Amino acid sequence: MRERPETASQTAGPYVHIGCTPNFAGLTGVHPEDLGRHMITGPTTGERMSLTGHIFDGEGEALRDAMVEAWQPDAAGCFAGQTGADPDFNGFGRCPCDADTGEFRFETVKPGPVAWPQGGFQAPHISLWIVARGINLGLHTRVYFADEKAANAADPVLTQISGNRVQTLLARPETTGAYRFDIHLQGPDETVFFDV
Amino acid sequence: MPEDKNNTGAYLPRDPSSHPAALHPPYRSSRLRSPQAAPLSFPTTLSEDTGPVFTPDILGPLDGDLLHNFAASGQSAIGPRIIVHGRVQDQFGRPVKDALLEIWQANAGGRYRHAKEGYIAALDPNFGGCGRVMTDAEGRYSFRTVMPGAYPWPNGPNDWRPAHIHFSVFGAGFAQRLITQMYFEGDPLIWRCPIVGAIADKSAVERLIAPLDMENTAPMDALAYRFDITLRGRQQTLFENRMEGL
Repeated sequence: MRERPETASQTAGPYVHIGCTPNFAGLTGVHPEDLGRHMITGPTTGERMSLTGHIFDGEGEALRDAMVEAWQPDAAGCFAGQTGADPDFNGFGRCPCDADTGEFRFETVKPGPVAWPQGGFQAPHISLWIVARGINLGLHTRVYFADEKAANAADPVLTQISGNRVQTLLARPETTGAYRFDIHLQGPDETVFFDV
Repeated sequence: MPEDKNNTGAYLPRDPSSHPAALHPPYRSSRLRSPQAAPLSFPTTLSEDTGPVFTPDILGPLDGDLLHNFAASGQSAIGPRIIVHGRVQDQFGRPVKDALLEIWQANAGGRYRHAKEGYIAALDPNFGGCGRVMTDAEGRYSFRTVMPGAYPWPNGPNDWRPAHIHFSVFGAGFAQRLITQMYFEGDPLIWRCPIVGAIADKSAVERLIAPLDMENTAPMDALAYRFDITLRGRQQTLFENRMEGL
């Protein structure tokens, strides 16, 4: 059987906030809280961390109208919805970039390792999905951790990346539990994006 | 067999010909925001096969009624009343149940309710322009709203967006995450739009155009348009072989 074609993507446009984070857009009173506002919903287990960054365009300007989504497992490597997953962690975050500075920020727990389909494990990572005006198809990337050297060296995705582009996927600890991850859409530091 | 949130298996690879090019110079914003290196492909893993779990209890009673969800009591939004409905399915034709659809749009005059929007068309005090719905066990959804207006935008010297509704779709897996736009049958602006033009495949554009659906109109109330959405499909047999070993 020939599969049906997937519906085409179109850009989220400059007003993505109206639909995805209406309270952030000043459209209060429609939904009680913007979806994805809290990844941690109780006394979750694991190491608390924050992830902060900017998204830069080809001229080094920070995007101030983008939206970033994060999806990750809990500290033990279980995803929400799976048996045994931490009930205090939903794994999903959504953050509109700050309208003035362009910064995005997630408060989460450091993810555990996830199985690789052919055996073994992937290094701890957070999946990100980025949409904005000018982005025609949402961009998938992954946040790995600079302080997970051994796991990263064995990661089946990172080991497919040649040269120093792996560096674009590493979040760097700034203080304890505070990681920075900047995304470059173009240029010499262009982030590795995934067709996955 | 319906798509099941507990059913985790790899997704079919994305076919780039179904999608717009990252860089489409006539759409000016894509010039500095399109990655230049080819994306790295690998088969989906649990990180993409799973996805956020939403249940219908997050929905408020008016979330699927944009005529009223931002309106003062006893008021409703101004503009042609329409019903938009359809089915969310995967590439194998299986219904995607519990898919969350978030929708946003301009009002009937082509004006968005957004701090950065400066078009001279008037705001409608009774229209917010956002809503959300979830699909049922057959993958069906429905909401009602007003027909959005076309509007000019700063791109070329005189570019106009065709009337459209934005859709953000969550299926069962993060790999299925999709944002798109629905257009309306018969709109002459569709084929002039540089955002639409980023999609090279004419039939892929045609699938974004919702036909008028007279059979599902509400007589003396609202016209209906039908918009079906196809998300990536799971490779079922691989799932069975794979998960047993985990």
